[in-house]
Amino acid sequence: MHSSIYLTVLIVVPLLGALIAALVQKTPGLSYVVAVVTSCVELALALVVAVLYSPHVKGAGTWDFMSRHVLSAPLGLAYDVGLDGISLLMMVLTALVLVLALFGARDRRQEAAFVGWLLLLTSFTMASFLSHDVLEFFIFFELTLVPSYFLISGWGGAQRSRAALKFFIYTFTGSAFLFIGILYLGFLNQHQTQGALTFSYSALQGASMTHGTAVWLFLAFAVAFAVKSPIFPFHTWSPITYAEAPTAGSIELSALLAKLGSYGLLRFAVGLFPLALATLRPLILTLAVISILYGSLVACATPDLKRLVAYSSLAQMGFITLGIITGSKIAMVGAVLLMFNHGVITAGFFLIIGFLEKRRGSYQIKDMKGLQGPAPVFAAIFTVVMLASIGLPGLSGFVSEYLILIGTFGTHAWWGAAATLGVVAAAAYLLWAYQRVFQGKATGANAEIADANAKERWVLVPVVVLIVALGVFPHPVLDRISPSVNQLIHHVAPAGVKK
Amino acid sequence: MAHVATLILLMPLVGYLFVLANGKGLSERAIGVVATGVVALSFVLTVVAFFLLLGHSDREMTVHLFNWISVGSLHVNAALLVDPLSITMCLFVTGISALIHLYSIGYMKGEKDFRKFFLYLNLFVFSMLLLVLANNLLVTFVGWEGVGVCSYWLVSYYFDRDSAASAGKKAFLYNRVGDIGLLIAMFLLFHATHTLNYLGIFHAAGTLSPTVATLTVLALLLAATGKSAQIPLFNWLPDAMEGPTPVSALIHAATMVTAGVFLLVRMSPVLAMSPDGRATIAVIGGVTAFVAATIATSQKDIKKVLAFSTVSQIGYMVLAVGVGAYSAAIFLMIAHAFFKALLFLGSGSVIHSLNGEQDMRKMGGLAKYLPLTFPTFLIGWLTISGIPPFAGFFAKGDVLTNVFEHNKPLWVLGIVTAILTAYYMSRLFVLTFRGTERFREDTHGHDPHESPWVMTLPLVVLAVLSILGGLINLPWAHGRSLAEFLNPVLGYVPHVAAASTAAQWGLAAVDVAAAVFGLLAAFSIWRNITESSRYESSFLEHVWHWDDFYDATIGRPLTEVAVFSDEVIEPKVIDGAVTGIAVATRNSAEGLRKLQSGFARQYALAMVLGFAVIIVYLVARVH
Amino acid sequence: MNVPAAWYLILAALLFGVGAFGLLTRRSVLIMFMCLELMLNAVNLTFVTFSRSLSDIAGQASVFFVMVVAAAEVTVGLGIVVAVFRQRASTSVDELSGLKG
Repeated sequence: MHSSIYLTVLIVVPLLGALIAALVQKTPGLSYVVAVVTSCVELALALVVAVLYSPHVKGAGTWDFMSRHVLSAPLGLAYDVGLDGISLLMMVLTALVLVLALFGARDRRQEAAFVGWLLLLTSFTMASFLSHDVLEFFIFFELTLVPSYFLISGWGGAQRSRAALKFFIYTFTGSAFLFIGILYLGFLNQHQTQGALTFSYSALQGASMTHGTAVWLFLAFAVAFAVKSPIFPFHTWSPITYAEAPTAGSIELSALLAKLGSYGLLRFAVGLFPLALATLRPLILTLAVISILYGSLVACATPDLKRLVAYSSLAQMGFITLGIITGSKIAMVGAVLLMFNHGVITAGFFLIIGFLEKRRGSYQIKDMKGLQGPAPVFAAIFTVVMLASIGLPGLSGFVSEYLILIGTFGTHAWWGAAATLGVVAAAAYLLWAYQRVFQGKATGANAEIADANAKERWVLVPVVVLIVALGVFPHPVLDRISPSVNQLIHHVAPAGVKK
Repeated sequence: MAHVATLILLMPLVGYLFVLANGKGLSERAIGVVATGVVALSFVLTVVAFFLLLGHSDREMTVHLFNWISVGSLHVNAALLVDPLSITMCLFVTGISALIHLYSIGYMKGEKDFRKFFLYLNLFVFSMLLLVLANNLLVTFVGWEGVGVCSYWLVSYYFDRDSAASAGKKAFLYNRVGDIGLLIAMFLLFHATHTLNYLGIFHAAGTLSPTVATLTVLALLLAATGKSAQIPLFNWLPDAMEGPTPVSALIHAATMVTAGVFLLVRMSPVLAMSPDGRATIAVIGGVTAFVAATIATSQKDIKKVLAFSTVSQIGYMVLAVGVGAYSAAIFLMIAHAFFKALLFLGSGSVIHSLNGEQDMRKMGGLAKYLPLTFPTFLIGWLTISGIPPFAGFFAKGDVLTNVFEHNKPLWVLGIVTAILTAYYMSRLFVLTFRGTERFREDTHGHDPHESPWVMTLPLVVLAVLSILGGLINLPWAHGRSLAEFLNPVLGYVPHVAAASTAAQWGLAAVDVAAAVFGLLAAFSIWRNITESSRYESSFLEHVWHWDDFYDATIGRPLTEVAVFSDEVIEPKVIDGAVTGIAVATRNSAEGLRKLQSGFARQYALAMVLGFAVIIVYLVARVH
Repeated sequence: MNVPAAWYLILAALLFGVGAFGLLTRRSVLIMFMCLELMLNAVNLTFVTFSRSLSDIAGQASVFFVMVVAAAEVTVGLGIVVAVFRQRASTSVDELSGLKG
C-alpha cells in the first residue's frame, strides 16, 4: 500500500498553482507560465502514481494509496482518498486534459483569472475522482460547477451567459436529488450500525436496504449523473454549453467533467445499490441506446462543428452507460476504458475546432470547405481522431466500443444489436461533416488558411499517440482496470452480473 | 516459417512507415521503387512460405505475435494462421498488388499527391494481408476495416471533386452497414463457443444450434454483401470508380471485394451447419450476378462496365459458396483477379492514352495505336467471356458445373448471365478497339500513344496468367489441383452425385455456346453504332433505379428525421420541457408575488386568519 | 364583592375584538395604532386576571414587559408616521405599499 500523500499532493498542486498565478497577475504572461509549470508537474505526478499503482493490496483488494481523516464526526465529514483501477485512468485524464487545454487553447484576455479557474477546476475534479467518501465526492462534484460557470460566462461566445446559467442550474438541480440520496443513505447506515454518522464508501457499501428503497436511492443518484454525463433526455444543456464555452472550457467539460457523471454512475449508483439494478436495467439500457442513436441522428443535421461534437459525445456517453449498466464484466471494463479514450478523442476534436475557429472566425460548417487542400496536416489529424471516434480497429476507440458491444450482446442481445447500429450512425455524421469541411474545392478565405504550426502540432501529438498506442496495445491498461471491475462486480453479484 | 509469415505481413507496413517518415524528401522514383519493392518482396516470401507449407506435415501453423485483448473470458491474440487458404490468398494478393504498384508508377506520374497514393496503397496491402492471415475473427476484422478505410481514402483521392468525396463516403458507409453483420456474427459465435479463434470455432462448430448457425451465416452474408458489393449493398462499387484506375484494379477488382467471399469460405465449417443460410447465399449470389450483368450492358463509361462486371463475377463466387463449391469459388477468385486486373489496367492504359476520356462513345479504332494494350486486353476479354482454353473458361465452368449439381434453376440463371457477360464485354471491346475513330477531339488531332513499360509490363504478365491460369485447377488433374490443396481447410458439404464425364463435357459445350452466342451478338449489333435505344435501356443504365430507391426509402426519410430532430424535437420538445419548467417556475413566482401587495392591512388580515386557524386547531386537538 | 374572573376575560376579549376590527378596517395610521394599543391592553387585562386567579406572579410580570414593548413600539411607529407624513401629507395606510414583491 502506497502512501496517500501522493493523492493529496495531486489535489493540492493545482490549488497552489492557482494561488501563485493570482499573486503574480500584475506581470503579463507570468501567470500563464506558472499554470503551465503546474500542469506539467501535475501530469508527471499523475503518471508516476499510475505506474506505482498496484492492483493487489493486502486487505483493501484493489484500492491503493488510501487514508481517511475524520474532520467532523457529528457531521460525518471526512477527508478520505483512495485510488483503484477505475479511478486510475480518470486521474491521468484529469492531468492530461489540463495540459492539453493550457497548451492548445490559451486565452490571453484576463489570463490570470482564466488559468486560475482552470487550475481550480482541475483540483476539484481530481479530488472528486480520488475521494473514497461519498459526501466528499459530492462536495467536490458540486464545487466543479463554480469554475466551469465562470469560465463559460467570462470567456465564452455570444450566448455565454445563457449557456452558463442553464448549465449551472440544470446540473445543480440534478445534484439536489443526489444530495438527498446521500444523506438518506448515511442516516440509514447510521441507524443500522448504531455507530457514528459516516459517508465512507466502504462503510456505505455494507448498508442493507429494502428493494424499494434501493430503487428510489438509485434513481436519486442516477438523475444527477444522467444530467452530468449527459444521457437522453437530460442532454439539452450540452449543445449550447459546449458551443458557447471557450475552447479550453469545451475541452474540460466534454473530455473530463462529463466523465464525473459516468464515474458516479458506476462507482456510486451501481456500486451502492445493486438491488435496484435488476428492476431499472431495461429503462436505463433503453435510454442509453436512444442516446446513441438519437445523438448520431441529430449530429447529422446540426449546422455547427461544436454542437456536432456535443451530440457525438451524447452518443459515446450512451455507449459508456450501456457498458456500465448491462451487467457484463467485459462491457464494464470496456466502459471504463471508453471513458478515457473518449476524453482523449473529444479533446482532440475540440482542439482542432479551436484552431480552425481562430483562423476562420467561426465554427459553422457552412463557413468551411475544402480545407484539406490548404491544411493537409489538420485534415490528417482530424481524420485520425474521427476514425477513432467511429471505432476503426487499430485505434483506441474500437477496443473499448467492441468490449462494450460484445458484453452487452451476451446479456441483452436486442439492446446490443440496436447499439451496434450506432457504429454506422457514427460513420455517417462524421464522414458527412468531414466531407463538407475538408473535402471539395477551397475558395476565398478557406483557401488562404494556414496549416497547423509547430506548437499546434506538438499539442496534438499526444492525442494521436494515445489513440494509436491504446488501439494496438491496450493490454497494460486493461490489466489495471480488470481487477477493480472484478471487485466491484463481486459486490454487485447478487444482482446477476455475468462474467 | 513463423518469421517468413510475419515478414510477409510486415513488409508493406515497413514500406508505409518508411515513406511516411521520409516526408517530402523522396523523389517519385524512390517512392515507387520502395513501395513496389516491399510488396514484391512480400510476394517472394509468400512463394517461399507456400513451399514450406507443402513440406509441413500439418498443413497449418499458428504464428503468435502478441497478446492483444484479454478481459474476462475474452482472449484475443494478434496471431496469424498459415494454412492453404491463407497462403493461396496471399499469393495472388501480393502478386497482383506488386504488378499494380509497378503500373501506378507510370499512371500516377506527376500527380501532386504521388507520395500519399503509395502510402495508402502500401497500407491497403498490409490490411488485406492481415485480413487473410489472421487466426481469429477480430484480427480479420481489423484488416477488414483497414481495407475499408484505405478504400475510402483512395476513392476520394481527388478530394477536391465533390463526386469523388461522396463516392468515398458512400463506399465506407455501405461497408459499415455490412460490418454490422460481421460484428453480430462475432458476438453470436463468441457467446456460443467462447472463442473468436478460427480453429476453436471450427472445433466447436458442431455444437451450434441451427438457429444460432443460421443467424450467424446470415450475418456473415450481410458482411460479405457489404464488402464484396452484392445485393443489397452493391451500389457503392460503381461510384467507387471515381478513384484512380489502379485503385479500381487493385481494390475493387482483385483484392478488397474478394474479402467477403474469403470470409464465407473461411467460415465454411459454420456454413456447413446451416442449409438455409447456404441457400440464401446461393440465391443472393445468383441474382446479383444476373442483375449486375444486365446493368453492364447499358453503361457508357468503360470503368462502369468493368465495375458491374466485377459485381457480377463476384456473384458467381458467392453462388459457388452457397452451393458448397468452395474451391471453385476460390479458383474463380484467382482467375478473376488475373483477368479483371488486366482489364482494368488495360482500360487505364486506354484512358491514359486519350487524356482521361472514359466514355466509350468517344473511343473506337484504337487497335492499331496501342500495340501492347490491344492484344493483352483481347486476351482478358476472351478470358472473361469464357472462351477456352483461357482461365475464365475453366474457372467459370468449375463454378457452373457445381451449381448444376445442386440447383438447376440457379444454373440456368448462371448460363443466362454468362451470355450477358460475353455480350457486354464484347460490346466494350468493339466500341473501344474496333470501329471508327471517335477520339480525335480528346487527343487534339494527335495519335494516341502506347503507355510506358511500367504500365505495359504488368499487362503482359497478367495476360500470360490469364492464359495459363486454368492449369491450377483442371477438372481432370486429380492430386495436383487447387481443390486438393484447399480441401483440408474447407467445411463439410453434403454430398451430391457429381456429374458424369459426359455431363461435364455437355456442360462445357453449353458454356462455350453461351459465350460464343453473346460474343457474336455483340459484334453484329455494335460494329457500326455507338448508341442504341433498342439495345440499351435507361432502367438498366440507372442500375434498376437502386440508388433512387434507397434514397427515397432510407436516405431522404432519415435526413428529414434528422433535420426535424435538430430543428424541432431538440429545441422545442425536449429543451422545451426544460425551459418549460423554468417558465412554470417563473410564472408561479409571479403569481405568488401578488401576495406581497405591500398593503399592511392585508398582512394584518393574513395574520388574523392564520391565528384563527391555529386556535381552532389547538382547541380541536384538546378535544 | 367578588367579580367572577370570567367577566374580566369577556371584557378583555371584547376589547381585543374591537381593537382587531378597528385595525383591519380603518385606514388612518393613527387610528390603527390606537387599536393596536387597545389589543395590547386587552391582553394585559387577561394576563392580570389569570395571574390573580392562578396565584402566579408571572402574569403580572409579563404585563410590565408588554407595557415596555408597547411604549417602544409606539415611539418608533409614531416617529415613522411623522416622517412619512412630512413626505406625503396623508396618513392613509393604503398608500404605503412601496415594499411590495
